[in-house]
Amino acid sequence: MGLLDQKFDNSNIIITTMDDLLNWARLSSMWGMQFGLACCAIEMMATGASHYDLDRFGTFFRASPRQSDVMIVAGTVTLKMASRIKTLYDQMSEPRYVLSMGSCSNCGGPYWEHGYHVLKGVDRVIPVDVYVPGCPPRPEALMEGLLKLQEKIRANSSVRTKSA
Amino acid sequence: MLTEFGRVLIFFLIGVVFVAAGLIVAWLLRPHRPYPSKLSTYECGEPPIGDTRVRFNIRFYVVALIFLLFDVEVVFLFPWATVYKSLGWFAFFEMLAFLGILFVGYAYVWRNGDLDWDRPAPKIPMFERGVGVREPRLDEDEVTVG
Repeated sequence: MGLLDQKFDNSNIIITTMDDLLNWARLSSMWGMQFGLACCAIEMMATGASHYDLDRFGTFFRASPRQSDVMIVAGTVTLKMASRIKTLYDQMSEPRYVLSMGSCSNCGGPYWEHGYHVLKGVDRVIPVDVYVPGCPPRPEALMEGLLKLQEKIRANSSVRTKSA
Repeated sequence: MLTEFGRVLIFFLIGVVFVAAGLIVAWLLRPHRPYPSKLSTYECGEPPIGDTRVRFNIRFYVVALIFLLFDVEVVFLFPWATVYKSLGWFAFFEMLAFLGILFVGYAYVWRNGDLDWDRPAPKIPMFERGVGVREPRLDEDEVTVG
């Protein structure tokens, strides 16, 4: 049961204030799911290590989708991996976000034309919130992607959407 | 007046309230959109096969029981070791008797064969010598070089 989520048609001062609080809590502690698939994962590890220190944005990596908020798909998504990504995304608890890191997971990257085994973009199996371009992206780029995701979460609203 | 255990009770109650409040607030605020794939068992992205309850060999039971016995023995040795100096030789022989009784039990278990693991004895298929091996014919001895 949810008391707040998707329960109201119109926002009022209480709902928006509560949303601000919840969004602040969510964006300040985006626990990432370890999803290093290829060389982008090296940059992701570097971002998490002491030099770039991703923890200051409240992001550190968990080994289980149950404890994660954001899935950083870092690397080449092969067709064999795509079904696993879908399963793991499904197993994450909501609200959940996906950050696609690097050209491979954005669009297939260098495997775009002749990669018989590569999914041409992870957004074909799961919804992606932020795309970080690069091959691989620098740690600064990944951090900017996470900051963009924070901006997106800040605009979240628990008011019932028109289609729902 | 608050006793020492009264403080423990307050500590316990605050712990219960803290955990319960966190769970209840999360229950009220979180989105609730379950579907079968989300509720499936996390198995590193693989579809889980079979039940989580698996049957162990009953022989583990005996080993676990014997392990428990000697585990407790070691636990008994610790308080004994702390007062060993003050009790002197009496404690030494007392513990010797205790260990002796346990050793008799250990020897009994060993003698009974409960420590023997029932190893499988697979029958490896063997070929008789010569069967299936082609015998060289006599006229093959001469090698002709073309």
